[in-house]
Amino acid sequence: MIPHGLKPLLLPAVLIAAFEIWTRVTNMQSDSLAPPSAIAAAMIEALSGGELWTATRDTLASTLAGLAIGSAIGLSLGIALGISNVFNRLMEVTIEAIRPIPSIALLPIALIALGFGYRMEIVIVAFACIWPMLILSRAAVGGIEPRLMEVARVLRLTPADRVRKIVIPAALPRIFVAFRLAASIALIVAVTCEIAINPIGLGASIMAAQQALRADLMLAYLIWIGAIGYLLNAGLLFAQASLFGRAALAGGTP
Amino acid sequence: MSATPSTVTPLRPVAFQPRTPQIAFDGISLDLGGKTILANVSLDVAQGEFLCIIGASGCGKTTALRLAAGLYQPTSGRVTFDGAAMTVPRRDIAIVFQDYGKALLPWRTAIGNVSLALETAGVPKAERADRIEELLVKVGLPFHGDKYPAEMSGGMQQRLQIARCLAQEPKVLLMDEPFGALDAMTRQGLQDEVLELVRASGVTVIFVTHDLEEAIYLGDRVIGLLPHPGRVGIETAIDLPRPRDQLTTREQPEFLRLRRRLFDFIKASEA
Repeated sequence: MIPHGLKPLLLPAVLIAAFEIWTRVTNMQSDSLAPPSAIAAAMIEALSGGELWTATRDTLASTLAGLAIGSAIGLSLGIALGISNVFNRLMEVTIEAIRPIPSIALLPIALIALGFGYRMEIVIVAFACIWPMLILSRAAVGGIEPRLMEVARVLRLTPADRVRKIVIPAALPRIFVAFRLAASIALIVAVTCEIAINPIGLGASIMAAQQALRADLMLAYLIWIGAIGYLLNAGLLFAQASLFGRAALAGGTP
Repeated sequence: MSATPSTVTPLRPVAFQPRTPQIAFDGISLDLGGKTILANVSLDVAQGEFLCIIGASGCGKTTALRLAAGLYQPTSGRVTFDGAAMTVPRRDIAIVFQDYGKALLPWRTAIGNVSLALETAGVPKAERADRIEELLVKVGLPFHGDKYPAEMSGGMQQRLQIARCLAQEPKVLLMDEPFGALDAMTRQGLQDEVLELVRASGVTVIFVTHDLEEAIYLGDRVIGLLPHPGRVGIETAIDLPRPRDQLTTREQPEFLRLRRRLFDFIKASEA
């Protein structure tokens, strides 16, 4: 019998094995595909070398820096817009005009202004992260139970205390969901940036493997990027559960 | 607050005669969204009085309470507290909302919720713990300080909200159908506890309810509002001795007479 916890792994394992057999039976020659055994070998090779780790560091540094900057801007704007109706209406057209611009479309401008490297990538990632944070934290603040705001009024909380003691804790579970969304977008945008133009990080490494006709290495990088994305989200989920177990429970829709 | 009502002497005269008003509605009208909610309402509440406001749904009784809290501003007329116009909420006027589940901070424990009122009043951190403990004992929640609102029953949550209001050291306690969502036994228990709290502190109370018996049982005076638009339709003093008792007070002929009178009023106002 198969242990219960391993059952979900059964299908992927069978598929990988079938793919391996198929590549061997047909003696596949391809620039885009490689047998799983070759990918695994390339992965081990890459993990034991230095290049993958440098690339990972570069990608993560840009991702996290961009995420931090973009989230901070998006969060503060979102809270301000959620609290002040006047400010919200004042900014609405501006935000709706800038928001639809795909962040990647800013690459040419960012490249001219900042050149290759971290700075340009961080700016692009930050730009992409602002919007989910802004829109969702604005909605989170707007969705706060009106009664709580009345309690704040009746108790004569100062505006700073209202934000600190009512608005942020009440909106926090939903803000954190926005942060997780922004984090996954950040990684996507960072890698896209590197694939498109920026010669650093995992995106650039994937491109290098492709141009060297190393399908096995290219796919190994792809799997590695997937694993990083998975770990990033899992880490944030864990943080969410341990930080806001109670608040997420009581705050309704986490 | 385990009171022994038999040893308690009433602090107030049996028939309460308003003297200098503490809260005064002076020809209040309020339009909201193009609809007149209250029209030319005038009423005075004396210090230490327990005033109950009744009326059919939609008669503006909750709105009147929110005006007294400073949460709304009248379209015309003015609300005064000790002679000064109410333009914003005041810390010495506390309001107990009906929906206790929404008025408590779900991410704070019982202690944290009471603490919120003390923090904003600038009570030093060192003094808060004792004050909170004292307040929780007062409302009958002595061993529940570390619980979150979600872990408490409806009655306990409403007690907690009352504790937070008492932490404001209010001169006036506004209560908006505070026991409307609770079961009958819990409600009666809380009625007596509120009467005891009020007796001990001498706080003025405006109590909105749709339960006529509750209004008669608690109040020194009952005002009935007529709907569309809300205006004062009936006003009656409650000449029932204090302390009141859930059984004997409700059996008195005067209680039954008042109940009939108010019942007829509500029925006529709904027709």
